[in-house]
Amino acid sequence: MAGILLLLSVVAPSCKKKGSDQDVKFVAPASFPQPVYNMAANPLTQSGFVLGRKLFYDSRLSRDNTIACGNCHQQFASFVHAGHTVSHGIDNKLGHRNTPALVNLAWSYDFFWDGGVHDLDLVPPNPIKNPVEMDAQLPDVLAKLRNDSKYPGMFKAAFGTDEINTTRFLQALSQFMYALVSANSRYDRYVRGETKLSSDELAGLALFQQRCSTCHATDLFTDRSYHNNGIQTGISDSGRYNVTLDPADIGRFKTPTLRNIEKTSPYMHNGSLHSLEDVLDFYGASVHYSPTLDTVLQRGGTTGITLSADDKVKIIAFLKTLTDDDFLKDPRFSEQ
Amino acid sequence: MKKYNLYILALVAIIATTASSCKKNSTPDGTGSVTVHFDNRYASTDLALGTAYTTSNGETLTPTTFNYFVSNFVLVKSDGTKYTVPKDQCYHLVREGVDSSADLTIQNVPAGDYTGVQFIIGVDSAKNTAPVSERTGDLDVAGAASDMYWTWNSGYIFYKLEGMSPQAPYDSMMGMAMMYYHVGGYGGMSSATINNIRTVSLTSGTAAQVRSGHHSTVYLYADVDAVFNAPVQITIAANPGHMFDQYSTTISANYADMFSINRVTND
Repeated sequence: MAGILLLLSVVAPSCKKKGSDQDVKFVAPASFPQPVYNMAANPLTQSGFVLGRKLFYDSRLSRDNTIACGNCHQQFASFVHAGHTVSHGIDNKLGHRNTPALVNLAWSYDFFWDGGVHDLDLVPPNPIKNPVEMDAQLPDVLAKLRNDSKYPGMFKAAFGTDEINTTRFLQALSQFMYALVSANSRYDRYVRGETKLSSDELAGLALFQQRCSTCHATDLFTDRSYHNNGIQTGISDSGRYNVTLDPADIGRFKTPTLRNIEKTSPYMHNGSLHSLEDVLDFYGASVHYSPTLDTVLQRGGTTGITLSADDKVKIIAFLKTLTDDDFLKDPRFSEQ
Repeated sequence: MKKYNLYILALVAIIATTASSCKKNSTPDGTGSVTVHFDNRYASTDLALGTAYTTSNGETLTPTTFNYFVSNFVLVKSDGTKYTVPKDQCYHLVREGVDSSADLTIQNVPAGDYTGVQFIIGVDSAKNTAPVSERTGDLDVAGAASDMYWTWNSGYIFYKLEGMSPQAPYDSMMGMAMMYYHVGGYGGMSSATINNIRTVSLTSGTAAQVRSGHHSTVYLYADVDAVFNAPVQITIAANPGHMFDQYSTTISANYADMFSINRVTND
C-alpha cells in the first residue's frame, strides 16, 4: 500500500505537467491496435488542437448560437450527455438516439450508432446540420468564423494563413477529437503492471472475457462492428440498415466502447437502461428475439448471456476499473 | 483563376503559332477548349423554377429545385478514339436558376473532331470517399455542395428534384404539398449498398472541331420530365418522395436518359 502511494506521488507531478496545452500530443497506447485516422494528413499541433477545442465549445456552430458540440458531449461523462436518454438540441428538440461517447476516436473505422460516416473529419457536419441538433448550414457557420475577431488569427497559427475553409475547419475539430485518448484507467495501469486489481475485479475481468468480449473486444472494448443485441421489442429504429439497406442489418448498431462506462449512463442506442445493473439484468434475462439477433446472444431456445447475481457484481466491479479520471478531468479537454 | 486562364490563353497562342508553322497534314494538332452547356428543359420548353408543368403522366409539378452533379467526362472522336478529361477538372454541379452553373468548360482538349460525349450523373465512389482536402469547388461539403451532400450517411446527393404538386401529400411543416427526389448512393464504403451512378453517352451529327485558338460548345438539353416516364412510369401520386432507398435506383434509371445533344457550335 505504501508502495502504491509512493508510486502515485511520483506519477502525480508529471500528470500535472501533462495538463498543459504545451504538452498536447498523440500517443498510441501499446495495448491498443494501430490507429485508423490518417494523422500524417492532419498532424496534431498545439495551435490546431486549441483551435479545435475552441470550435468544439463554440455555440456559434449552431443556427441560433445556442448549442455547442460540448453541450451534448460533456467531458466529465466521457463526452456523452449525462443523464439524457436522448439529447435535446436546438429549440429544445429531441434527438432519436443516445449521445455516443467521444473517446479513442482515432481507432474508429466509422462513426455514429449506424456507422453512416466513415471519416472523423466528416463527423461534425452531421450534428451541425441535423435539424434537431444544431440545425446550421455549414457555409453560414464558416461565415460566422470568418467575421470573428479571433478565429482568423487562430487559423493562421494552426494552418499558416488566416484562410478559413472547410478542410481547415474540419481538421481542427478532428485534432481536438482524436486527441481525446483514454488509456489511463486502473485497468490500463493493471495491464501495464503498475497496479493491482482486487480479487472481485479480476474475477469480473475473467467473466467479462468469457461472456462479453466477443463484441467488446480488444482494449478498445469494441469490435468496431454492428450487432443486434435484442434491446428493441419491435424494431422501431433499423440502425445500420438505414445506411446499407441490407435486411441483415436491421436493428444492428455499432458496439460502443466500454471505456468510462461507469460515467456514461444511460446506456444503449436508445438510452433505455439507466444503470450497469440494468444492463447486465437485460443481457441476463431480457434480450428480445428478432431475426437479426446476434447469434452469440442465442443459446438453444433462449436468448441472452448466462449470468448469476454474483457474476454481475463481479463484472460491474471490473467495468468500474475502466474509469479514467485523468481523462475525465484533463484540463486540456475542458472548455477554456 | 483569371490568371490561370490568361496563362492557358498564352500557351494556346504559342501552340497555335507553332502549330500553323509546321502543319504537314490534315490531322490537327495542339489543343483547344470545349464548353458543355446544360440547358434544363421541361419537355419542349425551357425550364423555369416556380412554373407549373403538366407531366407526361398528366400530373402537375411546379419545380422549386433542380440540381445535379455531372463528372468523369470523356470526349469521343469520330474515329472512336477517346479523350478522358482529368477527373478533377470536371466535377460539376448544375443548379437550375444559377446561370453560371450551366457551363462546364474543359481546357486543353487535344485537337480533333469530336462527335461524342460521355459522363456520369453523380460523383464517383473514389471522390465520395476522398479526404476532405480533396473536395474543393463544387465538391465542397461546407460550400457549394452543402445542400447536395448527406452528412448522416456520407455521400453526395447526385440529383435533387423538389417541387410543389397537388398529387403529393400536404406537408404541414412546409405548408404545401411537396414532392422530392434526392438521389445518391455510390455503392458503399465498408458495406455494399445502392449505386445510383448513371452513365450517359451521347453522339452528335455535328462534330465539335477542337482546334488551337478555337472554342467549341456542346449544348445539352436535360428534360426534367424524363424522370417520370421511362423505362418505368413513375407518378408523383404513388411516389411523392424518395431519398436514400431502394426505389431511388428506379428513379435514377429513368433520369439517366434525360440528356440529349441540342446542337454543337464551333467558334
